This record gives sequence, C-alpha cells and structure tokens, in this order.
Amino acid sequence: MLSSLVFVPLAGMILVMLIPKDKIQAIRWTSVIVSLVPMLVSFWITWDYFFNHSGTSAMAYVEGPYSWIPSLNIQYYLGVDGISVPMLFLTGLLSTVSLLASFNITNRVKEYFAFFLLLEAGMMGVFVALDFFLFYVFWEIMLVPMYFLIGVWGGPRKEYAAIKFFLYTLFGSIFMLVSILILYFTSEPHTLNMMALLDHGPTMGHTLQMICFIFFFIAFAIKVPVWPFHTWLPDAHVEAPTAVSVILAGVLLKMGTYAMLRINWPMFPQVLRELSFWIALLGVIAIIYGALVSMAQKDLKKLVAYSSVSHMGYCMMALGAFTSVGAIAGCMFQMVSHGLITGALFLLVGVIYDRAHTREIAAFGGLGAKIPVYTGIMVLFSMAALGLPGMSGFVAEFMIFVGAFSGLNKIMVGISVLGVVLGATYMLRMVQRVFLGEFNMAKWGGLTDINAREIIAVAPLAVLTIAIGVYPKPLADLMQATLEHLVNLMAR
Amino acid sequence: MEFKLPENDLTLMLPEIFLFIWALWVFTFDLLTRRKKESAVGYMAMAGLLITGGILAVTGGGCGFGTMFFNDATAIFFKMIFLGAAFMAIGSSFGITKQKIVNHRGEFFGLMLLSTVGMMFLSSSNELLSLYIGLELTTIPLFILAAFFKDDKLSVEAGIKYFVIGAFSSALLLYGLSFLYGLSGSTELVQLKINMAVINLHLEQIGLILVLAIVLVVAGIGFKLALPPFHQWAPDVYEGSPTPVAAFLSVGSKAAGLVAFAKIFVNGLFVFYGPEAAPADWGKLVGFVAVLAMVIGNVVAIRQSNIKRMLAYSSIAQAGYIMIGMVSMNEHGMASVAYYIFAYMFANMGAFAAVAIFEDKTGSCQIESYRGLSRTSPLLAISLALFLLSLAGIPPLAGFLAKYKVFAAAIAMATQNPSYNWLYWLVGVGLLTAVFSLFYYANVIKQMFFWSEDSPYRIRFSPPALAVILIGVVGILLFGIVPEPILKFAAEVYASFGIVPF
Repeated sequence: MLSSLVFVPLAGMILVMLIPKDKIQAIRWTSVIVSLVPMLVSFWITWDYFFNHSGTSAMAYVEGPYSWIPSLNIQYYLGVDGISVPMLFLTGLLSTVSLLASFNITNRVKEYFAFFLLLEAGMMGVFVALDFFLFYVFWEIMLVPMYFLIGVWGGPRKEYAAIKFFLYTLFGSIFMLVSILILYFTSEPHTLNMMALLDHGPTMGHTLQMICFIFFFIAFAIKVPVWPFHTWLPDAHVEAPTAVSVILAGVLLKMGTYAMLRINWPMFPQVLRELSFWIALLGVIAIIYGALVSMAQKDLKKLVAYSSVSHMGYCMMALGAFTSVGAIAGCMFQMVSHGLITGALFLLVGVIYDRAHTREIAAFGGLGAKIPVYTGIMVLFSMAALGLPGMSGFVAEFMIFVGAFSGLNKIMVGISVLGVVLGATYMLRMVQRVFLGEFNMAKWGGLTDINAREIIAVAPLAVLTIAIGVYPKPLADLMQATLEHLVNLMAR
Repeated sequence: MEFKLPENDLTLMLPEIFLFIWALWVFTFDLLTRRKKESAVGYMAMAGLLITGGILAVTGGGCGFGTMFFNDATAIFFKMIFLGAAFMAIGSSFGITKQKIVNHRGEFFGLMLLSTVGMMFLSSSNELLSLYIGLELTTIPLFILAAFFKDDKLSVEAGIKYFVIGAFSSALLLYGLSFLYGLSGSTELVQLKINMAVINLHLEQIGLILVLAIVLVVAGIGFKLALPPFHQWAPDVYEGSPTPVAAFLSVGSKAAGLVAFAKIFVNGLFVFYGPEAAPADWGKLVGFVAVLAMVIGNVVAIRQSNIKRMLAYSSIAQAGYIMIGMVSMNEHGMASVAYYIFAYMFANMGAFAAVAIFEDKTGSCQIESYRGLSRTSPLLAISLALFLLSLAGIPPLAGFLAKYKVFAAAIAMATQNPSYNWLYWLVGVGLLTAVFSLFYYANVIKQMFFWSEDSPYRIRFSPPALAVILIGVVGILLFGIVPEPILKFAAEVYASFGIVPF
C-alpha cells in the first residue's frame, strides 16, 4: 500500500519519458492521471486510518522491515502514524493540484512532468520511511528534480535560486548524515531502524546526544526554514514556477517540522528540555521577522514567501512547547493549514502573473471590479492566512497559543501574538492595494477572470480550509493517540 | 638440482599471461593488416579484456611462487576494476583512433592492455620488489599514451611532465622501500609486518629512519595518486593527454596506486598506525594528506573552465575521500575503499567517456560549449548528469553509498576508540567539501540543461561509445540500488588483508 505511493509516481515518470515529446496533451494528462493514484491511495489511507487505526499510536500499514542491504543493516521499512497521515494527504492532494496548475508550462513539457513525478515520489517517501538510510535517500532524491524545476522553468534569477536551494539543503543534509552514522554506531546491535533508535537515543552520552540533536536540528531547520537559515526560501519561491512554489510551500517546508517531530524530539528528550526555550525563541523571531519583512515587499510572491517564514515560525514555537499535546497538535494543524492556504495563495499569484506578467503590488489596483471571481477567492485565502475564525489558520494558531502559553515563557508568547496583528496588516494592505481603489482601465482592461481549470485546482484547498476551520475535530482525533505517545516519549 | 617450472603457479597467473600475449598480438595484428582495419583492432582489444575476465573467473584464488603472487579477494576485486576501466577507456577511444591516430591504433590499444597487465600484476604481488615492478609496468606505457598526439603541444607536454614526475616519484618510492627493507630485513610483506612489530619495541632508536621511510613512500605513491601536495602534474596531464587516457589515468592508475598503498601501509606497516606509534603514525599523516586533497581538489575545481581540468581536480578530491576509508583501520575501512573505487570507476569512466564523445564531435573541452546539450543530445546530457551526480554523492546512485561507507568506516573507528577522535574532523572536512563539490558538478549540469537555446552540436554515438555510456549508467544505478553482492565481495577484500597483526 505505502510502496505504491512512492513507486507509482516513479513508474509514471518512466511512462512520461516514453511518450514522444511533441505529444504535449498526452504528457500532461498522463501525469495527472498517474498522480491521481497516490492521491486516492493517500485519501483512502486517511479514511481508513481515521476509522481503524487512530485509536493507537502504533505504526499502521507497515511494510517490512525487509532487508535491503544486509551488510550495512539497511532495511526497507515503511509505516505511517498520526503525524504522517495528514502529511501524505497533503502531499497527494497538492501534487495533483500543482500538476493541474502546470498546464501553462509550454517549454520542455516532457522533462517538466517527469521531474515533477520524481519529486512526488521523493516527498511521499520521506513521509513513509522508517529506516534512516531510506529516509535520507528520499530526502536527497527530491533535491535533484527540485533543482531542475527551479533552474529550467524558473524566473530571471533561476540559476542562482536553484543552486542556492540545492547547496543549502545539501549542507543541512550532511549534518543529518553524521548524526545518523553516530546513532548507528553507538546502538547495539547496530541499526538504522528509527523505531528501535527511539529507545537508544536517550541512553547515549549527553555530549553525543547534544551533537546529534543539534546536527539533526540544523538539517531540518534549513528545510523549515527557521530563522536564520531562511535565506534560500525567498529566492527559491520567487524564481520557481507557480506549481513548484506550491509544492515548496505546501510540502517541502513541512518535511522539516515533520522530521523534527519524528526524529529529533522523541529521540533526544533530555537535550530537548535544555534547548526548548531557544527553539521557541527562534520561532518567535521568525514570526515577527517574517511578518515585518512581508510588510515591506513590493512583489506579491515575495510577500507570500515571507509570510511562510512567519507561519512556520508558529510551528517552531509550538515545537518549543513540547510538553503540551495541544501545542504539538496546533503545530500539526498549522502544517496542514499552511500547506493548504499558502499553496492556494501561490496558485492564485500564479494565475494573475500568467495574465498580467507582473507581480508588482503597486502595478495593480481596483481589480475587484474587473475580475470578481478571482478577487473573491484571493480574499478568502488572504483572510484564512491572517487567521480569520472559521478557517483552518485560526484553529491552528489558537491551539498553538493556548498550548504554548502553559508551557513557555509568557512574555515570549505574548510577543508572538503580535504576529497575528502584523499578519493582518500585510494581508489586508495587499488586498487593499491590489483589489480595491482606482482601476487602471488602460493597463488592465484586457484582464480575464480565473478559468475553470484553475478554479478546479484551487477549490479543494478552499473547501478543506473552511472544513477544518469549522469542524477541526476529525483531524484532531486522527492525530490524538500518536501525539500523546510522542509527548510521553518527549517527557522521558 | 633440476630446475622445474612451477606449473600450478603459472595457471594462477594465466590471466596476466594471456593479456600480455594478447597485447602483443594486437600490436602484430595491426601491422599484419597494414593498419587498414579501422575498428577491428579496438574490438579485438576489448575482446581480449573480456576473455581475460573470463579466465580470471575460472582460475579463482590461490597463492603461487612461494608467497610472491597472491590471487586473493583483494587481487581479484581490483583486477575486475582494472579490466573494467580499461574496457571503458578503450570503448571510448574509437573516435580518436578513427580521426587522429590513424597510423598507431595497434600501439595505442596494445599499450593500454600492457598497462592493464601491470596493474593486475601489481594487485597480486605481495612483495615490495614485484610491487614496484608492477607499478612501473603500469606507468611506463602510460607515459607514451599521454603523449600520443605527437603533433599536439599540450599532449607532448603532458607526456613529458608525466614522465619526469613519474620517474621522480618512482625513485622516491624505491628509496623509501629500500629503507623498509633495511629496517625489517625482508621484502616479503607478511614477514616485513612481523619483523616490524618486533622493531616496534625499540622505536626510539630507529624512529627517524622509519619516519623517513614512511614519508618517502607516502610521497612516492602520493605522486602516482595525485594527492596534494604532489598533485600539480595531474590537471596539466589530464588536459593534454587523449581523453580516454586521462580517464584511464584517473581510474586505473589511481586504483593501482591505492592497491600498492594498501599493501604497504594497511598490511605491511600495520603496527605503525595509531597514536601509540607516534611520530611514525602514518594514519595521521595520510589523514592530513586526505584533508589537503579534499580541500584543494574541490575548491580549485570550482574555478575550472575546461571540463578535463575540472575532472582532474575532482579526481584529486575523490582520492582524498578514498584515503578516509584507508586510514579507518577497521572491518569497514578496506571494504569501503574497495566499494568506493568500484563506484568511482563507473561514474568517472562514464564522465570521461561522455567528455571524449563530445570532444570527438566538437573538438572542445570547455564547459561553456556544453550549453543547451540536453535539447539536442538528451542521452549524452542525461548520462553525464547522472555520472556527475554520482561523483557528487547524491542518492540513490552508487557514489552516494560509496561516500556513506567511507564516512561510516571513519565514524565507526572514532566511536569505538576515543584516541581516533581526529577521524571526526576528517569526516567533517569530507562532508563539507562534498557540498562544495556539488557546486562545480552542478555547473556542468546547469550548462547542459538550463540553457534555453539549442546546442549547435548533435552528438551521435558509435556502438562502443554507446556501450561504455550504458555500462556506466547501469553500473551507478544498479550498484547504488542493489549493492549487496559487491559489498559482500568488498568485505572479503578486508578479510584478505588480515588486519590482525599476525
């Protein structure tokens, strides 16, 4: 079951490569249809997990451990629990959505879709792998298609952005590799099995634990990205084509926080207790810093990119308050919600960019009258991003504040709440300057509204954003047992 | 006493004997056919390598001529690599034998085979003198091969440079070996190891000579391996010599140097490893050389605009990574060296083959001339990208597992014994420079793929060139994803080294 999530896109990539390169429609639809398989599988897993497995924290749909490379104790071992299922759901959904949004790619279509499917295989793999080596392979495998997707189909500074992304993430990964090797060689018998190493981590010497924790943290923090490791993000986001930005914001950033919850936090609880204040502080800095920088942006996409830094800061703050199930649940909610909302925002920015060929906020004004449907959807997601009650962003932020208030320094949490106000400021200012005010008829008279394909791509995101906002209980129930188990592990 | 030729021992040496005769036959055949047969000579050389491989598989292991000639797992493993490297080098040289060296095809292929014989002989020898002879038989044909474009200034310069440096380093090596013989009273490696262990008891008296011997041997082999600070010749020689020869230099002759190094140090000087042997501790010395190699190789490669020079610096850096495995003296160390060089063979020979094919068509080795290649010659672009990514160590390609094993070996050593903590630093430098390396590998990929206009060149493959590229691609993919058989074999390489002192 889980293997199909990885190998169907991989097979799809090979299939796409076999199609002649001038059959553009065939390539597009093949990729979309291929991506429907992992999407439906991930939906089914979510459904089935909710009804049959969410009562316990045990891994579900386990495959293996099968011996892959016996002489190095490397196993093929997959499984999911309450924190990976929502991520699989998000990955499956956003992959199909972004493939649909990629139909405007006209240059080197075949390579684009092949790389995209490879990317999907890697992302799925990260969320299901339970063996460190396998995890690392998937983690790295993603970088290559990402490098190409930004570098070939990106904006004016694509080459710089692509190599910066590649080098930054690889730089983080090498730290992870050292930690993995240390864990492997200090465990007895030597193993790369994440589940077995959960018990080994706390028994290591304090210095080694500290080294491993910090090394893992650097690797994952670059991916999140936690301030001050965030500088690759605005470049990559702005230069990447629309659909790739969606994947970057919606899935790739989540890998960092997911990996922290899966590896760092439960494996080294003692170190976590010592460092939690600083981690939360980094989160708070990111919230405020990201929001302030967002306010100063002139480019729509950059604004959304920096708002990601701010929103992922909430996740980091929640992870700092690791003693509370509520805060961790809030972090998971924020991950899902940010994936949906920011993914949609990037899609929408792409829609206007395709038509206007500019993303400069100051160039627009009064678009509300000209393209009302687009305006409605964009305003909806802007409201969701600033945390309007009734939508998923509010639920997540509320849970984080409540959870963090009991577990963290109260002044710090107080400061972080300012982030909500700042978030409202930059979002509302953007809405005002783009959609309200004077309409420039001469310049934007020919602008057309959002089309059906684009609405289909963005609609599921809107539905889910509101659904989670109105009735968050199913998602919370799905994760409850796993999160309790994790918090118990962290309390060791 | 009647002299009797040891027949069993000769059977053991059958692959070398066969390949040697075949090399001579390749020379003769080209003359007999009045140099008319265009590619037949090359195919014949390739067939010879395949047959040698078959004979090697049939003869199996054993020990002959007293204890001078070992056909143990180490020997067989490295012979496999030499044959593979030679096969791929010859396969990628059909372009130049067709266009440039029309009148000396037989010599070109024959010398390549002779050099391979030398390497094979070297990897079997278990004694200082025959080791040295093997090394000379390896390098002397390569001097000629490097200068094979007689009308090309750069090629002649490469040949002369390589010759002078090679002769000089051989002298250093021989001088060092003579000290080792003087200290231990034996040229036979196992005996040398035993005698040295006894000498270890009074290190104070002979320490200086031992240190001198170690430094000389490290320098001598360091030149052959192009390890800094003895690396200056490599970029010039690689740039000037015919590309397949440069490829063969960077893989075959490097692997040969590694075997020689492993035999002398990991086996012969086993007892002088570790902090208690200071100042004769060769581990730290080699570790330092490895750091230099990784830093200099990877940093200087970034600045190169000629892809052959870039690959030269990259192979300097790769030798540094291999040295990390070499100085990790546990059950993972030698196995990781063996696996690394195996993975490196596919990726590096493949990359050079791609460069050779491109050069045959365009005459250019500038990285900039690769612009837009993915649009006109996708197969070449994709395979070259895969080779470079494997060299950079991106999973799931074989180059990643190779780096993983090397670093694992070092960290295993460091976690087992606190006095080897310096290995952590070695791993740290290795990983950091690996990130740097991505920069220049990715630069070539960038030129090939990111350019929005078509390349003016459309590359067609000759059958042998296509075969070489496919062998490389299949090799890095297959042995990256299903590496177990090779890893098992590599583990036997370690076992055959017998790293216990006696």
